[in-house]
Amino acid sequence: MQLKSLAIVLAACALAAANAQAQTEIVWWHSMGGALGEQLNALAGKFNDSQKDYKVVPVFKGSYPESLTAAIAAFRAGNAPHILQVFEVGTATMMAAKGAIVPVAKVMNDAKEPFDPKAYLPTVSGYYTDLKGNMLSFPFNSSTVMFYVNRDAFRKAGLDPDKPPRTWKDFQAAAEKLKSSGQQCVYTTSWPSWTHIENFSAWHNLQIGTKQNGMGGFDTQFTINSPMHVRHIAMLGELAKKGMFTYAGRTNQGDGRFASGECAMVTASAGAQATFRKNPKLDWSINFLPYYDDVKGAPQNSIIGGASLWVMAGKKPQEYKGVAKFFAYLSQPEVQMAWHTGTGYVPITLASYELTRKSGYYDKNPGADMPVKQLTYKLPTANSKGLRFGNFVQGREVIEEELEAVFAGRTDAKSALDEAVKRGNEILRKFEAAAGH
Amino acid sequence: MEKRVVFRSAWLPYALLAPQIAVTLVFFFWPAAQAIWFSFQLQDAFGLNTQFVGLRNFEALFADPHYLASFRTTAVFSFLVAFFGIAISLALAAMADRVVRGALAYRTLLIWPYAVAPAVAGVLWAFIFAPSIGIVSYVLRRHGIDWNWILRGDQAMLLIVIASVWKQISYNFLFFLAGLQSIPRSLVEAAAIDGAGPARRFWTIVFPLLSPTTFFLLVVNIVYAFFDTFGVIDATTQGGPAQDTQVLVYKVYYDGVKAADLGGSSAQSVILMCIVIVLTALQFRFVERRVQY
Repeated sequence: MQLKSLAIVLAACALAAANAQAQTEIVWWHSMGGALGEQLNALAGKFNDSQKDYKVVPVFKGSYPESLTAAIAAFRAGNAPHILQVFEVGTATMMAAKGAIVPVAKVMNDAKEPFDPKAYLPTVSGYYTDLKGNMLSFPFNSSTVMFYVNRDAFRKAGLDPDKPPRTWKDFQAAAEKLKSSGQQCVYTTSWPSWTHIENFSAWHNLQIGTKQNGMGGFDTQFTINSPMHVRHIAMLGELAKKGMFTYAGRTNQGDGRFASGECAMVTASAGAQATFRKNPKLDWSINFLPYYDDVKGAPQNSIIGGASLWVMAGKKPQEYKGVAKFFAYLSQPEVQMAWHTGTGYVPITLASYELTRKSGYYDKNPGADMPVKQLTYKLPTANSKGLRFGNFVQGREVIEEELEAVFAGRTDAKSALDEAVKRGNEILRKFEAAAGH
Repeated sequence: MEKRVVFRSAWLPYALLAPQIAVTLVFFFWPAAQAIWFSFQLQDAFGLNTQFVGLRNFEALFADPHYLASFRTTAVFSFLVAFFGIAISLALAAMADRVVRGALAYRTLLIWPYAVAPAVAGVLWAFIFAPSIGIVSYVLRRHGIDWNWILRGDQAMLLIVIASVWKQISYNFLFFLAGLQSIPRSLVEAAAIDGAGPARRFWTIVFPLLSPTTFFLLVVNIVYAFFDTFGVIDATTQGGPAQDTQVLVYKVYYDGVKAADLGGSSAQSVILMCIVIVLTALQFRFVERRVQY
């Protein structure tokens, strides 16, 4: 009796094993930790349950730079994953690695899976498309910079919480009032370069670099020392000197200082909303980024941050079919809506945005659609559809170092930005030479 | 006279040495040779495109004022870490040497920090000094001191020096304590009989006799500050603000691992390798000859 049941169990195991072997495994390296990781695992799990031929195996590989480094090492050793999540600043690095990646458009075409790049928000697809219109990577998680205010602090300072500053001029006036009401930390920011250089440029339709912000070729040069850029950074330096701008660091450290109620205003990722919601005592609102109203065409539209999925080269055709199936699954509006509402990332296709709107989600969560509205405020121009600079991990670091020198009062905005352009261009030239162009 | 053991067999000594030599070759010489080879190359991140560029990586480094500034930062940092690490542990050892009761507990507690990983030490101190939530920052702010090492370079430097020194004190302490205990009591007692006070006894007798230990620790501490403080820096300032705590070894890591610039990073490690060779030669020449264990 016992033996018999054992035999049945064994047979079942053997069957399951055979079943598992018939499945083609698709390895997916990503950088979504914590709650985001759970959402991602749920996506993969649902895909695996929806069909029998393929199994997507998500593997958390640490932060964005860490997983990119790991994938580079794995590629050199000949065992890269099938799918790799790469943050937006790594886009140029991936693009230049022609032999290491397969363009998403090609993967979808070869597998005859439906794929329409036009379904995506123009600011999203533009970021990951080459000049010929081929989509190179699959947009996955996108966010943008938003401006948040603490409504209680506004009330305390005698400001109308329903009228947050819309221009940088209003912003300065509000900052003065908050300061004199005894607010210790008036304003802080997360992601200084992404916010105050990259998105600032797009929002004011200013060029970040020549050749359409680098999208037109690797022989691009930074142009972030224009009078407008200098004016903005000098303004921030002035605020820092007067104690109205508290610098928090190069990544998302500003989020926590706003969430705890310490700072009254912050510029942070759209994804930070999840953190702010966790503090029930915090009465906050999400708003468009402030702009300079004397700049023609401003506000334009903001640009994305976040990551996209790259398909690595050197795999079997059968495996690429699985990748294409998985991407087709991810493209469904329902799946996108679940990811958008579950994580706080923006809906990246127009259809999923519509679907979410119709579901009444935005009525229940006022302001949750502000990031999409800001991203699509106007049709993107050559200056505002994104950027693509080689070795921008280093380039952004250089910009941030120079900004820190201004905020610490050690140098003036003009010389800091001139220096950032000079050092940044050296990095671009080195990348150009290394890519063999 | 030294006792010498002579192997009769021709191959046995080599066979016995082989594992160690293999480990050294694979884990030290092979990567070092690769670093030298890469330092003459320009490569894209994925290694798809490689060009031989001769000394261009080195030229670019020495033309970069920020790389030269990194040398200065490293020098300042190493000096501070070595000086305070040695001074504080010498003071502690001199005192521990005189403790009669509970000496074991006291010493164990002093040696404890050595068991803490550098990254953990960094996080620990970063918490204590965190600009908005740190307990020390809170006290400093109440005394009107604007504490924000995320923006102020001097404060960031102070933070990593404190964390690195704290971590290294135990090691130095052990050596000093051993050194102190090997000093003959009779010398100190004779001086005491001659009427020399404790301070004078320390400076004229104990300290000179400790000098081989001190010199050895100086070299070890400088090497430590150069290389082993990586964890502390990565867990706290990450080289910032601006580049005020960007020491050489951190820049190697940053350029190579995060920025995927293998050529530039390898050139920097080759330069670092030269510095270590010089330091090691110094140690062998001046220290090994004089230290008596």
